[in-house]
Amino acid sequence: MSIFLRQVWAIMSKDLRSEFRTKEAINASLAFSLVILLLFSFAFDTAAEEMKQLSGGLLWMVFAFAGTLVLNRSFIREVPNDCLDALLASPISGAALFLGKALGNFALLLAIEAACLPIFAVFYNVTLTREPGWLALVMVLATWALTVIGTMFSALTVNLRLRELMLPTLVYPMMIPALMAAIELTRVLVTGEPIGENMMWFRVLTAFDIIFTALAVTFVDTVLQG
Amino acid sequence: MTTRDKIFYGLAAFTAALLTRNLYQIFLVLPDELNQGAAYRIFYFHVPSAMLGMTGIGIALVFSLLYLFTKDFRWDSIAAGITEVSMVFCTMFMITGTLWGRISWGVWWAWDARLTSALVLWLIGAGYLMLRRAIDEPTTRARLSAVMSVFGSVNSYIVWKSIEWYRTQHPQPVLSMRSGGGMAPGMEATMYWNLLALLCLAVLLIMLRMRQETMTREVEALRRYAHAL
Repeated sequence: MSIFLRQVWAIMSKDLRSEFRTKEAINASLAFSLVILLLFSFAFDTAAEEMKQLSGGLLWMVFAFAGTLVLNRSFIREVPNDCLDALLASPISGAALFLGKALGNFALLLAIEAACLPIFAVFYNVTLTREPGWLALVMVLATWALTVIGTMFSALTVNLRLRELMLPTLVYPMMIPALMAAIELTRVLVTGEPIGENMMWFRVLTAFDIIFTALAVTFVDTVLQG
Repeated sequence: MTTRDKIFYGLAAFTAALLTRNLYQIFLVLPDELNQGAAYRIFYFHVPSAMLGMTGIGIALVFSLLYLFTKDFRWDSIAAGITEVSMVFCTMFMITGTLWGRISWGVWWAWDARLTSALVLWLIGAGYLMLRRAIDEPTTRARLSAVMSVFGSVNSYIVWKSIEWYRTQHPQPVLSMRSGGGMAPGMEATMYWNLLALLCLAVLLIMLRMRQETMTREVEALRRYAHAL
């Protein structure tokens, strides 16, 4: 088991290291989040009281759109110089490769989200610090859900032509339950409604995470072979 | 004529006869419904196509898993055929739903739990079919689309349950009518007869699609063979 964890760690640190050297995905993703946050200001009346009701949805739209920029690239970046073939030929399992990449993406996404949150709070006059612990839990669970789906579909489409065209259509419908739960929970936390009645959405998120992590780890070898 | 052809044409004749009988029953024999007038008749197509469309996605999952375990292309053809036909029924479910909604609710689309789930299901099915089109190599196509089918079907189930929770938490702008329950016996029986007719139609279409899939693979193999020469 410790060998497996070391392999996961190696892949994750490799991905993060190469990302921090170029900062390509993280810069693009952050800039894109800012663009979306700006565009929303034209679409909605930001002063209205309903803004609080909408804020959960807006926030997770930003995270979902900006996040997929990072996620989509996670396997494609291995294609030049045949790095993917080398990774597959190396003595690590597909599961370790997948989990390593997913954890790397997870860290990147959380960093981007953490940077977006204060900007969102300032732009849209929303108090996010009402229940910081619960909000952090929602972020962690929902970001892992987006990461698992995004990383898995990045692996699934890595050798496809038309990959960039197909990914959004494949990925967003798959993310719907997780996004729905995250939007609902964030809305509840921002408006200050009691969280107790909405515990069900934590269960949805946790179940989504467990089910799709298990499926992805099971099927990633099937997807990457050949 | 092979046995398969005989079954195919026999089933086609039976389906045509049954559909004709049902249409006669629905439009000329059964009276208008008390509250909804003539519009309720759309339910004879709406409810069966919903049942077939939704269960089809789940059945396709079984065949996709069978492919992954056996690597037999037959299962892949069946899974693809079932998904395509389910998409047709899902489309029919949504179109009849919007038509009925326009008359009874006054809006075309109400974001009702069932319509929303059907739309998500439709999008997942569309993704599956798009993925198939994008891959030329038959083994890769079968393998990747089987995995997509597993993810899609599991997700459809979660979507189904969570949208129901999501929509019921909010005040609903409209009443959603659950079928069955309050239907008169004569009306209910006709619905099951039409379910049978549409089920036969689905089986026919799937058989047709399977044959086409097999032929497509043979043509592709011949083309590769010719290319190699």
